[in-house]
Amino acid sequence: MTDKPSQIGRKQGLRWLRDMTRIRRMEEQCAELYGQEKIRGFLHLYIGEEAVAAGCIPELDKDDAVVATYREHGHALMRGIAMDAILAEMYGKREGCSGGRGGSMHLFDAATRFYGGNAIVSGGLPLAVGLALADKMQQRPGVTACFFGEGAVAEGEFHESLNLAALWQLPVLFVCENNLYAMGTALARSESVTDIHQKAAAYGIFSAAVDGMDVMSVNTAMRDAVRRVREQRVPAFLEMRTYRFRAHSMFDPELYRSKEEVEQWKQLCPIATLSARLQAQQLLDRPGLEAIEKDVAEEIRAATTFAEAGHWEPQEDLMKDVYTGRE
Amino acid sequence: MKTTYREAMRNALRDALQSDERVFLMGEDVGRYGGCYAVSKGLLQEFGEARIRDTPLSESAFVGAGIGAALGGMRPIVEVMTVNFSLLCLDQIVNTAATLRHMSGGQFNVPVVLRMTTGAGRQLAAQHSHSLECWYAHVPGLRVIAPATLEDMRGMLALALEDPDPVILFEHNALYNMEGELDESLPVTELRRAAVRRGGEDISLITYGGNLPKTLQAAEQLAQEGISAEVVDLRSLRPLDEKTILASVRKTRRAVMVDEGWRSGSLAAEIGMRIAEQAFYDLDAPLSRVCTAEVPIPYARHLEQAALPQAETIAATAREAMARNV
Ligand SMILES: Cc1ncc(C[n+]2csc(CCOP(=O)(O)OP(=O)(O)O)c2C)c(N)n1
Repeated sequence: MTDKPSQIGRKQGLRWLRDMTRIRRMEEQCAELYGQEKIRGFLHLYIGEEAVAAGCIPELDKDDAVVATYREHGHALMRGIAMDAILAEMYGKREGCSGGRGGSMHLFDAATRFYGGNAIVSGGLPLAVGLALADKMQQRPGVTACFFGEGAVAEGEFHESLNLAALWQLPVLFVCENNLYAMGTALARSESVTDIHQKAAAYGIFSAAVDGMDVMSVNTAMRDAVRRVREQRVPAFLEMRTYRFRAHSMFDPELYRSKEEVEQWKQLCPIATLSARLQAQQLLDRPGLEAIEKDVAEEIRAATTFAEAGHWEPQEDLMKDVYTGRE
Repeated sequence: MKTTYREAMRNALRDALQSDERVFLMGEDVGRYGGCYAVSKGLLQEFGEARIRDTPLSESAFVGAGIGAALGGMRPIVEVMTVNFSLLCLDQIVNTAATLRHMSGGQFNVPVVLRMTTGAGRQLAAQHSHSLECWYAHVPGLRVIAPATLEDMRGMLALALEDPDPVILFEHNALYNMEGELDESLPVTELRRAAVRRGGEDISLITYGGNLPKTLQAAEQLAQEGISAEVVDLRSLRPLDEKTILASVRKTRRAVMVDEGWRSGSLAAEIGMRIAEQAFYDLDAPLSRVCTAEVPIPYARHLEQAALPQAETIAATAREAMARNV
């Protein structure tokens, strides 16, 4: 794994803290709203993994593309989709970023080139390869970043996609969020070789394993990888070693892992550890921390109000958006 | 005995595992997780991990392995979480399982059972809600069945395992939590035939799987208005039991097909055409059907419900058919 960088700059450190806090508090609110049955369907929380989205996505340019999975609330938020539109989407409202047609697992946003939101495990990888191919063929400078869980590594499409990206030398950055479990299946129970970044190396793709619980390590690795992809127009692969603190989804009784294991990982909470480091470096004090929490709470309150006030799409529009330009 | 569809299937699995050493269950999260619909919960503890096998997320690979194991003398039951995900292993099912017998000149058969859930209604949005069983019903070499009652849920698996050819068993996810009285005395041999779930004289409502409860509800509504509707449950989607369908239509002289698939290319279309081919002159009104609107299933509840067949639409369509005469 890459070494942990030592000093954090004030501005950057506070930005990460704020970003990760926004993701976490938003998702805590989602869980709350789910309990009230305001949000329905499947809901997969990212809690514990925030350092990955917060450390990675700000390294991308406006014209780059992002592809994510059903655990994508954090990615969407970091990409710049308004919390308003994210929450409204989860409500199923017309004001949602997918017009209420997608829900939690299918957040989309053309303006920020956010291509979902895909509920088929590994389904996003070929899509990312295609987006990168389009960039290459039109000689655009873009990078496509594709986020997926380690469960996807077992799918044929993972291998097919890596092979094609390497074969055609496409500017795509694969970011595997290895949180050790695919629903209830531990990595060691599904993979003969559990060192995932080696698999990419086997396709001749630059790859590295990163401490995904440390936002600074994530960011440093991401910056290097994005530069490599952008300048050399080749694929790269990052394995983010992380952990989800919550159940797989709201329906999961978590019979497959021990409470002790979860508690151990919680000691590595990316938000708490960053906050402690910033305080140790005298870059943050109590009132500073409280101010961040207060701002975030306000953003969430406003977003919830927005979602509540949103509209149900009229039923007459049911058949909309099946075909382009024909309704 | 009072039970749920989920428990009925779990008991069927348990029976199959107990009665034949060659039977094993494999699929994503069938073991430690207990099955994503909790159908196989507890079976790992009972039968051990050799026979309740968690697989990686490799639909193509583990369905293909099931086909190979069947060729090698086993009786695998392979669970694909939902029909939506089965698209990742279409190749193994359509190009291999369904064709091996024919291509080997009758030397090899593939006694594999594939279980998958289907259907919408739980606000899971487009990628978790589709009803694609008619695609499989299109393929020669496959048998496709869809239990709609507790007795069928309990009995059809054993029948599928007896079949020397590949069988796909569709379980509608909205049925799992339904509870009722299970009649254990019914003969299992009947499960290949369509069943008349409610007798009637004026019109035939032809359906299967998750839409049976809604169709029965519609029939009840119609009865209160003096329209006597007969409800036919297909049970088997391939082959179709034409005899039962035609007998019902010849009696009532009117028919409405109810199908959660999209209208274009639906099973409803197939059944309607067969009726037109064979009972055209027996009809007193044009055929009609209630299908899912031609839209990827929306997430928002009101739109999802609007897209799906409902008891009210079924009843309204039947009323219209009653009002028309040829
Ligand atoms: C092709 C496919 N198979 C199965 C599923 C059901 N499923 C949803 S999430 C999941 C676990 C995936 O785990 P991983 O890729 O590690 O991502 P994580 O949930 O840990 O972020 C499974 C099996 C699916 N959505 N798509």
